[in-house]
Amino acid sequence: MTEGFMTKGIVTKGFVTKTLRSRLKAGAAVVVIGAQLAVTSGPASAFCGFYVAKADAKMFNKSSKVVLARIGQQTAITMASDYEGKPSEFALVVPVPSFIQKSQISVVDTKTVDHLDAFTAPRLVEYYDPNPCEQNYPVLAFDIAPTARLGAVPAPPSQHAYPGVKVEARYDVAEYEISILSAEQSDGLIRWLTDNGYKIPAGAEPVIGSYIKQKMHFFVAKVNIKRFDALGRAYLRPLQVRYETNKFMLPLRLGTVNANGPQDLTVYALTRRGRVEATNYRTVKVPSDINVPLFVAHDFPNVYKALFDHAVARQNMHGVFVEYAWDMGWCDPCAAPPLRQAELAELGWGSGPGANPAGNSSALSGSSDAFVTRLHVRYDAQSFPEDLNFIETGDRENFQARYILNHPYAGAASCADGKRYEAALPERYRREADNLAGLTGWSSQSIAARMAAAGQPIAGAK
Amino acid sequence: MRTLWSDARHFQIAALSSLLLINFFSIDFGAKPLYSVLAIAAALLTQIFCTLISGSRRIDLRSALVTGLSLSLLLRADAAWLPALAGVVAIASKFILRIDGRHIFNPAGFAIVLLLSLSSGVWISPGQWGTSLWLATLLVFLALLVLQAAQRSDIALFFLGAHGALLLARASWLGDPLAIPLHQMQSGSLLIFAFFMISDPKTTPDSRVARLFSAVTIATLGHYLAFFMQMRPALYVALIALCPLTALLNRLIPAKKFAWTPTIQGASS
Repeated sequence: MTEGFMTKGIVTKGFVTKTLRSRLKAGAAVVVIGAQLAVTSGPASAFCGFYVAKADAKMFNKSSKVVLARIGQQTAITMASDYEGKPSEFALVVPVPSFIQKSQISVVDTKTVDHLDAFTAPRLVEYYDPNPCEQNYPVLAFDIAPTARLGAVPAPPSQHAYPGVKVEARYDVAEYEISILSAEQSDGLIRWLTDNGYKIPAGAEPVIGSYIKQKMHFFVAKVNIKRFDALGRAYLRPLQVRYETNKFMLPLRLGTVNANGPQDLTVYALTRRGRVEATNYRTVKVPSDINVPLFVAHDFPNVYKALFDHAVARQNMHGVFVEYAWDMGWCDPCAAPPLRQAELAELGWGSGPGANPAGNSSALSGSSDAFVTRLHVRYDAQSFPEDLNFIETGDRENFQARYILNHPYAGAASCADGKRYEAALPERYRREADNLAGLTGWSSQSIAARMAAAGQPIAGAK
Repeated sequence: MRTLWSDARHFQIAALSSLLLINFFSIDFGAKPLYSVLAIAAALLTQIFCTLISGSRRIDLRSALVTGLSLSLLLRADAAWLPALAGVVAIASKFILRIDGRHIFNPAGFAIVLLLSLSSGVWISPGQWGTSLWLATLLVFLALLVLQAAQRSDIALFFLGAHGALLLARASWLGDPLAIPLHQMQSGSLLIFAFFMISDPKTTPDSRVARLFSAVTIATLGHYLAFFMQMRPALYVALIALCPLTALLNRLIPAKKFAWTPTIQGASS
């Protein structure tokens, strides 16, 4: 480690954490920021519900994001996905624990979910070694801005009675047409869905049957193209449903039915007491606080993707990974500024089932006490046969997925200490290379080659 | 060797200690060494204190050590005084809450349920062991040793059988694939509960039939609490809620009272 050379301080795009300002003034050298990740580059995915396409359009989902805000039994679930098909072919089927009123549904600004995603994203932090011969260091900063993703797209209409199927309600919410269904038998429901333009994958029937027996309702959404066009948006916005339930879980199973390989799901849990973990799968931390070679700065999304793939493989794809667990009030370093109260309210924090988070700030019951846990799951039907069940722990210990770049001093260091410092660098680079190889499973040669190209020759390497 | 292993608690202590070491070194969000030390120390000191007050001169710390180790494995807390309190509560309950000359509640289970219901600073981490097969195998292996030593640990097998049957029945009712009950059965926490908690010989009924009845009842109540009430510590709550049944069953179906070793009657409470 090279701690001795580092002084901390963090700068992010237009944002400097309070606690760090003083350190920066004191002469810190540093920098950086989060990046956006893995999630965006994973294979096909769906989520707690599933997307179904009308006609024979190919179902295509990459990854999904679910914000799960929960206080007591009050739950708000906000669902966003990288749906990239036509809006007219988007459809969503999600089991919900009870009947849902219109006032319990809203549309959330994509930016808000993206903000939470950026705030909790795995991050790269840079440190600059000071001149080993002096005590003054430069202050530098740069920013790898998170990229945002979103998406979804709609399907067609519906009508009529089917044995045992009850259309409990129909709502128009922003660009979506939503139906709340209850059913006694899965075949009736599947017929209803099929006849209404939802293309249900073959294996869905037993899963739907299981939810029906568990007395779940079905929240079914598609896009009203006229309204979507009138709104003039490029993407479908995340949908939010709020309800009261003793079930602290996410229904994953429907999402595995039409899956084309494993899928990625990122859950952002907002709770009051502390960290959230899975009760029926092992919750593990992604490796963190590790020094990596400098070239990672230019390839962080790929590095993190490889790192995550590697971590998943080590757990035989049975793990639920914590990427971030932190009090929402602050961060260090901040990959993005903490969310404002209005944003947290929009995500359902502190609002009851009937509250209107967009307009009614009085529904807030305090946002600064929110604790966010970011869980990243790669799942398929085989590795995750059961829905994800959660428990809220009292653990408020902070954790973040953080990787460290340590820039060597770039100037001439001609003093004796400077010579020693320079002589030690190749060994330090070798350790960074080893770290990266261990994290990603990449070969040492390829890492060494990339490092050499980036001006970090490794000890012992040619 | 023979004397060393003649007391089932020696197996338990060895097994639980091994699990605790695994927990320290290979489980994220697992046990914290300091908290474990505090839970164990509190359990031991309370045992000494209560033994002295109760007028007994024979201090036996083995059961208290088992309780302290169990607490370390199963209970998580956000402040150091909580595991210590758990140790005190667990052991004190043995001396205070008694019927027919024996304690009513499984000490560690009682402390866990009481603290979970009173403090938001404690929690359980049932997913921590995951479903890794090697670990399941290890647990079974260690547990079998315990079983052999404490003959009446058949209740663990009765319980696992009943629990498994209920999970299978539920899956069959829901039309779920077999993978789901199998996954639920592979939980490491479930095995720890079965082999190191429900099978505590001091709080299980004396007769085999009564133990079978007790195991089925606990599994049924636990099933109800878990799936219908969505309670996370369902099994602990079921166990503690039904512990008083043991005294009743012992009266209805009397059998030979348990002693840790055949020769030393009532060596510890």
